[in-house]
Amino acid sequence: MTLALIVILPFVAGAVLLATANAARLLSATIALLFTIAAGALLALQIPAVASGAVLAAGWDWLPLPGARFGFRLDGLAAMFAGMVLVLGALIIMYARYYLSARDPIARFYAFFMLFMGSMLGVVLADNLILLAVFWELTSLSSFLLIGYWQYRSDARQGARLALTITGLGGLALLGGVLIIGHIVGDYSLDSVLAAGDQIRASSLYLPALILVLLGVFTKSAQFPFHFWLPHAMAAPTPVSAYLHSATMVKAGVFLLARLYPALSGTEAWFFIVSGAGLLTLLIGAYTAVFQHDLKGLLAYSTISHLGLITLLFGLNSPMAAVAGIFHILNHATFKASLFMAAGIIDHESGSRDMRKLNGLWRLMPMTAVLAIVASAAMAGVPLLNGFLSKELFFGETLAFEGHRALEFGVPLLATLAAAFSVTYSMRFIHDVFWNGEPQGLPRQPHDPPKWMLVPVAVLVCLCLLVGILPNTTIEPILQFSAGAVLGGPPPEFTIKIWHGINWPLAMSVAAMVAGAIFYLLLQRLFSLHDIVHLPRGGKELFDALINRSLAMARSLTGRLQSGHLQHSLAIIFLIATVAAALPLAPGLSYGHTPLTPVSLPAVILWAVGCVATLSIAFLYARRLVALVAIGVVGLIVSLAFAVFSAPDLALTQLLVEVVTVILMLLALYYLPFESPPERNSPPRWRDAMLAGLIGTGITAITYAILTRPTASIADYFLQKSLPEGFGTNVVNVILVDFRALDTLGEVTVVAIAALIVAGVLRMIVPRVVPEQPEAGTYAPVSLFLEFIARVLLPLAILVSLYMFLRGHNEPGGGFIAGLVIAVALLVPYLASGAKTVEARLPLNYEAILGAGLIIAALTGAGSMLFGHPILTSSYWSPELPVLGKIPFATAMLFDLGVYLTVLGGVMLALVRLGKVHAPTREGN
Amino acid sequence: MELLLASGIGLLAAVGIFLMLRARTFDVVLGLTLLSYAVNLFIFATGRLSIGKAPLIAPGVEPSLSNYADPLPQALVLTAIVIGFAMTAVLLVLAVRGYADHGTDQVDAREPRA
Repeated sequence: MTLALIVILPFVAGAVLLATANAARLLSATIALLFTIAAGALLALQIPAVASGAVLAAGWDWLPLPGARFGFRLDGLAAMFAGMVLVLGALIIMYARYYLSARDPIARFYAFFMLFMGSMLGVVLADNLILLAVFWELTSLSSFLLIGYWQYRSDARQGARLALTITGLGGLALLGGVLIIGHIVGDYSLDSVLAAGDQIRASSLYLPALILVLLGVFTKSAQFPFHFWLPHAMAAPTPVSAYLHSATMVKAGVFLLARLYPALSGTEAWFFIVSGAGLLTLLIGAYTAVFQHDLKGLLAYSTISHLGLITLLFGLNSPMAAVAGIFHILNHATFKASLFMAAGIIDHESGSRDMRKLNGLWRLMPMTAVLAIVASAAMAGVPLLNGFLSKELFFGETLAFEGHRALEFGVPLLATLAAAFSVTYSMRFIHDVFWNGEPQGLPRQPHDPPKWMLVPVAVLVCLCLLVGILPNTTIEPILQFSAGAVLGGPPPEFTIKIWHGINWPLAMSVAAMVAGAIFYLLLQRLFSLHDIVHLPRGGKELFDALINRSLAMARSLTGRLQSGHLQHSLAIIFLIATVAAALPLAPGLSYGHTPLTPVSLPAVILWAVGCVATLSIAFLYARRLVALVAIGVVGLIVSLAFAVFSAPDLALTQLLVEVVTVILMLLALYYLPFESPPERNSPPRWRDAMLAGLIGTGITAITYAILTRPTASIADYFLQKSLPEGFGTNVVNVILVDFRALDTLGEVTVVAIAALIVAGVLRMIVPRVVPEQPEAGTYAPVSLFLEFIARVLLPLAILVSLYMFLRGHNEPGGGFIAGLVIAVALLVPYLASGAKTVEARLPLNYEAILGAGLIIAALTGAGSMLFGHPILTSSYWSPELPVLGKIPFATAMLFDLGVYLTVLGGVMLALVRLGKVHAPTREGN
Repeated sequence: MELLLASGIGLLAAVGIFLMLRARTFDVVLGLTLLSYAVNLFIFATGRLSIGKAPLIAPGVEPSLSNYADPLPQALVLTAIVIGFAMTAVLLVLAVRGYADHGTDQVDAREPRA
């Protein structure tokens, strides 16, 4: 539980920070700091147990089937990393409070920061590879938010996008690798995976798994050739860079190398890929850093190079090299975080990060200068500082490496060369910024910052000195207990000493110092370093080109498919649908041999009438009133077809819907041109006709094939269960209100939404045709005869509707049909007397009816859940009433009542609103 | 009968699609209405054709497919018809609104250049 809390606390802090976003700036910083300290305290409480060699674990099942547990695990390596994340986090929280300006939304900054810290702790402490991959992606996401914190700056947005794309893709690769490892081992828990190293290495899937995992590592840790996102991430506020690029984000990659070291290392592939990438990155990063004029750019490339060094160490397949790798992870985190913060101070106080302008700051900000110089010296590997110790170890390991002769000779040589470059850029940082003449046109006169901005830097610099001078008492115990966890066994015997006597590593150190210094002098004196422009190109440009190209392709494809012309787009949809339907039928469509239904003469006549009506629409559609009559005929024939083929419910529904549809179209036509104008400029009609004919023929063939094949249906189930379990003999209705009632609930919701859309679209409309208005107060029936009929008809129709509703569960009828019946009946008075008169006599609020219907339907469904049944389970109740006898009553009927009211309200709302279009305009005038 | 129904569905679909490809909003709505007839009949037809076997359980008749028409496609189509009406209503008011706002009932809301 404590372990989980360590990870969860920062997330809670993030939520608290967002909730108190308007609080004072100091409060935000305090909240973030307190939560970090609390998590740190919880971690500290576990340290004694871990130091004694125990591996703590806690967790809950999360996705049991795939084997993902929400579990955490604390061993030496995890404890060391978590400690680093929390300590540096706390220091940077302090620092950021002074760094961010009053205009920056500080609560959001800290919320993102804590989100990131929590994700990072999750990566470090995860007990399960899948959980680890999840937290890994969370670090990518939260770093995106942090890098893009100044969202109004385009370089911040682009840097954030680049980082997210590269590390996010790496995260996907990692997930793939993790899944393969889990597949090989049969379990995703770290304990099993770390114990199964031999099994993993022997598997034929080892290489794919390794490559995928390493893709994740290399993208995260900015290894060549994926290093290019890191310099662009420097658009982030400096506290973010100090955190992400010293202790956390980029260290997640090398953390994974260390974490999976027992499971994956020790093979030739591991050596070549890991140390190869590491060596290249080390050299390229160090060399490029020398030529950066931007302070943060220099630090960024230096970070890349140091990450390369760490990767190289892990790639060497030697236990002592892994120890050195861990040592350097810690050392780099301390001196690089302090350097980033120092660079931030310089930027903050002087308004520039350009080393061509920043000169001679030694006199202006002496405190900052002292701290930055010590930290740079640690970066260069000067004795008595921590960087020196890990560099000596590194040199020793390159010398101890045994393999091909060229490698045995070349690796130490290249290592020395890279070290020389690091001396050069460290010298440049010191000399260029603090001496080298006077400041050149800085926006502000720089001076030392407020005390609390220096304190975090000072703490880290003191750590560099402490570790550098007293390695045995400070760092050795930490290394001893984390190395054991990395290696999965007892660590090699080692002591870290400042003075080993005169040996090869020392000679390499001296050579690097001298060569680096000479190189810097040469660059300064002979070539005028400030004039050299060395901007590495490649990665970002390639990425941008790729993004732009794919965007352009998407745009052009979309433009061609969706040209903004409905006719064109629809034609393409129909064409693609035709091809998609025709492809599986290409081998030929086979017809079945079930006996055909005998043809009757009335059927043929109806068919012929329907065909003529349909065809006439194709030819006469321009004369819209005629087409409307024809469509009424077609609808009638469809309704009769349903009646003939044993579907009375459908026939009734179709008939009633046809009536309201035609009335609706008639109403709409009132506000539209009565005739279609002759077509111009559109694709030729014969082409549309050919396409339509082709599809029609295809549909005919498919339908005929279906009709002649034997049926295999689940219908027997419904037929058998309808009466005993649905309490109704009308199976169609029972399906609607019981078996598939949830579908029906969704469908009446659609009807309700559609009616509301109709009402919404017609609000504030200014129609082209304004209907004539009877004078207010005068009584002007449209048709006296119709009105008389309507008065007689309405009560009758209400009775019929109720009858249809009540019998619906057993005979044709039900909520849909009854609702339509009453809607049709209600329409007649509207047609006869006009909306004003009807609404004066019959004030019905159709929105309310609609809403009530939906609520009843939903509540009935939920009601069954109260009794512990699944939603919309029907129950049956058959009270014996005097006189009336036994009345069957199923709760499904209550649901059907909801359907009834919704259909009634929806249909009437749509029709009445369309019929009253003129009303708002008159008010508008 | 099977051939009659199949060809009827095909014709409805063909004319419906032809009308949907027209340039005027009202014609497109007409086309969509015809196409929904075709689709509803098609879904209904997947339950095969039977005459005089309405799915109303009668006492003494074994409840199986040999004695009753397939009720499932009927239930699906019943709601489809009502939703089809709702969709038609939405399209019609969009057409009305489009004409009111743009002064043309061309589907792209702009008259083609002559």
